[in-house]
Order: sequence, then structure tokens, then C-alpha cells
Amino acid sequence: MNALLLLPIIIPLGTAAVLVMCLRLGPRTQGLISLCGAGLLFATGLWLLHTVLGGGIMVTQVGGWPAPFGISFVADTLGAAMVAITGFIALMVLIFALEDLPKERVRQGAHPLIHILLMGVCGAFLTGDLFNLFVWFEVMLMASFVLLAMGGSRGETGGAVKYLVLNFLASGFFLTALGLLYGQMGTLNMADLAMKLQSTQDSGLVITTAMLLMLAFGLKAGLFPVFAWLPASYHTPSVTVSALFAGLLTKVGVYALIRAFALIFTTQTAVTHTTLLVLSLLTMVAGVLGAASQFEIRRILSWHIISQIGYMVLGLALFTQAALTATVFYIIHHIIVKTNLFLISGAVVRLRGSDRLKEIGGLYKAAPWLSLLFLVPAMSLGGIPPLSGFFAKFSLLIAGFESQAYFAMAVALAVGLLTLYSMTKIWAEAFWKADPHGDSPTPSLPIAMMVPIVAMATLTLGISFAPQILLEISQAAAAELIKPDAYIRAVLGSRP
Amino acid sequence: MNAILAITIGGLYAIAFYLLLRRSMMKMLLGMVVFGQAVNLLIFVAAGLTRHVAPIVKEGATAPPMPHADPLPQALILTAIVIGFGILAFAIALFHRAYKELKTDDSDALCDTV
Repeated sequence: MNALLLLPIIIPLGTAAVLVMCLRLGPRTQGLISLCGAGLLFATGLWLLHTVLGGGIMVTQVGGWPAPFGISFVADTLGAAMVAITGFIALMVLIFALEDLPKERVRQGAHPLIHILLMGVCGAFLTGDLFNLFVWFEVMLMASFVLLAMGGSRGETGGAVKYLVLNFLASGFFLTALGLLYGQMGTLNMADLAMKLQSTQDSGLVITTAMLLMLAFGLKAGLFPVFAWLPASYHTPSVTVSALFAGLLTKVGVYALIRAFALIFTTQTAVTHTTLLVLSLLTMVAGVLGAASQFEIRRILSWHIISQIGYMVLGLALFTQAALTATVFYIIHHIIVKTNLFLISGAVVRLRGSDRLKEIGGLYKAAPWLSLLFLVPAMSLGGIPPLSGFFAKFSLLIAGFESQAYFAMAVALAVGLLTLYSMTKIWAEAFWKADPHGDSPTPSLPIAMMVPIVAMATLTLGISFAPQILLEISQAAAAELIKPDAYIRAVLGSRP
Repeated sequence: MNAILAITIGGLYAIAFYLLLRRSMMKMLLGMVVFGQAVNLLIFVAAGLTRHVAPIVKEGATAPPMPHADPLPQALILTAIVIGFGILAFAIALFHRAYKELKTDDSDALCDTV
């Protein structure tokens, strides 16, 4: 029964295999097969989350080798929730892809690659072994390299080079940390490491490996000062691909940071968590200022991913149960909102042929529904009550005041204001201002583009008016994170 | 032996970072190659160098003869080598493509591809 928690890895792998065999079929057929796979993944994710919420942490040991000798797969509330939201995002983005993904990319194999990417993401969320996490990272990165470079245009190639070199560096640092950790501790099982590190006296080793891992995961999450690859590459590929990246990839980095600094490295918090706190504030400020200087919708949104990552890591850095609850809430809310904003930018490009704010306008007049749909995620990102972003920021603020991190809270509030500035800029330029080309006829949006935008906006509104459900899930996840005994016991069994 | 290998690894890291910081993309690529090897060697040494037997359990015994060499770091390195090889192969193709696109090997030219 517990082996079923491997399904979120097997389903994308199977779908990718079927899609590779169907590469000769038309783009439409491939799109539908791909969509079925994503639907199945979403359903499995929901089942997993339901089971974990009801029955506690699920563990399976691959090949029957008991932990810490084999590779463990673990689904705790955080991991299961992340898998469920991954399935949801995959479903939404693939509906959008039916219209958006160019036929040529489909022929080149974009659909199987997307599923390989999803397999890497789900694997990273479920693994209980640090080296295995490295492998899933690489699966995910390899697929993302190819998806990014596929178009072969000047911009895409340039973006892919930067993305590849920096992510290769991150993987190298990750492996270096793994080598040092294994040399000292003799294990790479996360639960076993957490237990052994608690009793180690060697603070030098702990801090060195913690910092190396912080660098590696921070690079993947887009933390200050190693975020440069993100705004250099996310606006270059097709909207489908960049929406998927924006929703999921950096969050895998944040997830890895949470695992590392809430489970494994919890003994030297004066050094590690203070560093995280400073970095998270700098990330917020750098991201929001970068966004303010941009005049293309997707570039603005890419920079905002960075500033929002700052909020998530801030919750981790405060390291109280309330702050971790806020972090988990923030991640889920952010994934939905950010993917939706990227999809809307795709709809804008479809209507106006560009997303450069100087060249477009008049969308409120031409597509009033799209404008309203833009306002929901945009205002939610800015944290306007009663939208979901307000609850995310509000719970983070309360946690911050409880920890008496007043300066950090002041920064968070100021950054929230500047986020609103950028969203207002998009609204004023793209939607409100008159079209600089005069009143040109506007094509209507295909239904496959509208469905995911409406669905995600509805979900954002749902979270806004009934935040209790998501809040309870976040609280359950945070309770497991702050007291990792249950996690360790579930993985290692009755062994001491 | 440990000291010599440690110095070698440190040297390899230094060479790798020096090459990665160069503007020439060809040298960046070489830096990636050296970095990958340095990391593999580090895992190998960090996990302990021993001249012992392979951990194969003899017939009738329940544990491998002590002392034995730890097989896990070797498995880790094998995995890392395979992954690194795949990424480097892709990187070479991508850099070649970038060279054809930019008509130069200077990474500064990447600035105006955005």
C-alpha cells in the first residue's frame, strides 16, 4: 500500500514513455495524451495528500532495503501538498499548451520533456535521501535545459547558456557538500542525518556543509545574490514552458531549503538561520527593485518570483511553527498566482502580439473579462485583502512580530508596497492606457487559453474566501517540520 | 596520500573557478569539465581512502570481512559521472549553437541576446 506513494513518479514517467512512442501523431493527439497524464498525476496527488492528512507520514523503502541503507521515499504533509499542487499546475499549463505550444515544439518532443520535468519535480518532493534528491534535481534540470534551448533562437540560446552554467555550478556545490557530509556522517538519509547531526559536536563541519547546501539550493531557488540566471532566461521560451518553470522550478529549491534547514541543520541556527534571514531580506528587495525597472510583462513577473522567494525563505529563517505555516501557505498561494500571471501574459501576447508595455494598451476596452481575471492574481500577489496573498503575508507578519523581527517585517511591508507598484504599472500600461496603434480589431481568445486562467483565478478566490482549508494543511505541515521526531521515526522505524 | 590528494583537489577547484570566470565560453566549458572531476575526486577522498577488500559476504558468513572498503561513495561517484557526462554533452552542443548564433566565443556577447 505504501509503495503507491511512488505513483507520482511513475505516472509522469509512463506518460513520457507513451508520448515518445506517439511522437509521429498530431500535436492535438499528443496534447490530449499529455493532458490525461497530468490529470492522473493531479488525482494521485490529491489522493496522497488526503491519505497523509488522514493517516500520517507514508514511507516506502525502495527494494526492501531498510533505511538508512536503501533509498527511502517519504510523503509527509508538505511533500504530499507539493505533489498535489504540481499536478494541478501541470494540468492547467497543459490545457493552455493545447493552444499555445507551437506545433514545431510538439514535433520536437516538448510533451515528453514536460513529463520528465514533472517526474523530477515530484521525485524531489518525495525522496528522503539527499543523494537521491541530487538525482531528481538533475532529471528536472536536464529536461528544463532542453525545453529552454529548444527554440534555438538567439534569445533562447543565450538564456539557456546562462541557466545551464549556473545550475551546473549549483549541482557541483551540492555534490561537494554531499561528499563532505558522507565522509563525516557515513549516511545521506535525511532522517538519519538529522538524528546524527543533533548529537555531533563538530560545529565547523555542520556550518561548512550547511553553507554549501545553502549556496546550492539558494541558486536553484533564486536567492540573493545568485538569482541572475532567472531573469536572464525565464522570459525567452514559449509561455507554456515559462509558466511551468515559474510555478514549479524555484519552489523545488525552496522546498530543498526547507528540508535542509528545518530537518537536517537545526543545531547551529544562530549562524545558518541568521544568514538565511539576511539573504531573504536582500532577495526581496533586489527582486522588487529589479521588477520596477522592467517594461515587459514576463520580465516584470520573473523578477517578482525572486522577491516572493524572499518571503518564503523569511518564514523558514524565523523558524517558528507560525512562520513555517506562513511559508507553506505562501508557497502554495504563490505557485497558483504566479503561474496564472504567466498564462495571462501569454493571453496578452496572443491578443496584442507583444508583451512590451510601451507597444500595447487598450486591453480593458478590448477584453474586459481578461482584465478582471488579471486583477485577481495581480492584487493577490500584492497582498490586497481579502485575496489569498493577504493571508499569506498577514500570517508571515504575525509570525514575525511574535519573533520580534521588526526590521524584517518593515522590509516585508515596504516590498509588498513596491509589488503593488509593479502590478499597477502592468494594469495602467497594458490594460488601461489607450492602444498606441489606435483601435485595432482584437482576436478572441481560444477557449483552451481561457479555461486555465479562469480556473486558477477561481481557486485563488476560493483560497481567499475560505483560507481555512489551506491554512489547516499548512499548519499540519509546519507542525511536522518543527518537530521532526515523527518524520525520523517514520523513516527509521523502531531502530534507535 | 590523503594530503597529496587534498592538495590536488584544491588545485582542481582553483583551476575550475579560474576557467569558469573567464570570458571565453570555450574556457568556461573546460572549467565545467574540471569542476566535475574535482567534485568526483572529493567525494572519493572525503569518504576515506582504504586499501581493504571488497565488501562481499563470504558463503556461510553473515557480514563482510572486516575491514572492507565502503562501496557507497563509488556508487555515488559513478552516478555523478554519468549525470555530469550527460550535462556536458548537452552543454557542448548548446555552446556550439551559441557560437554559431553569436559568431564569437566571448560571453560578453550574451548580454545582447536578451
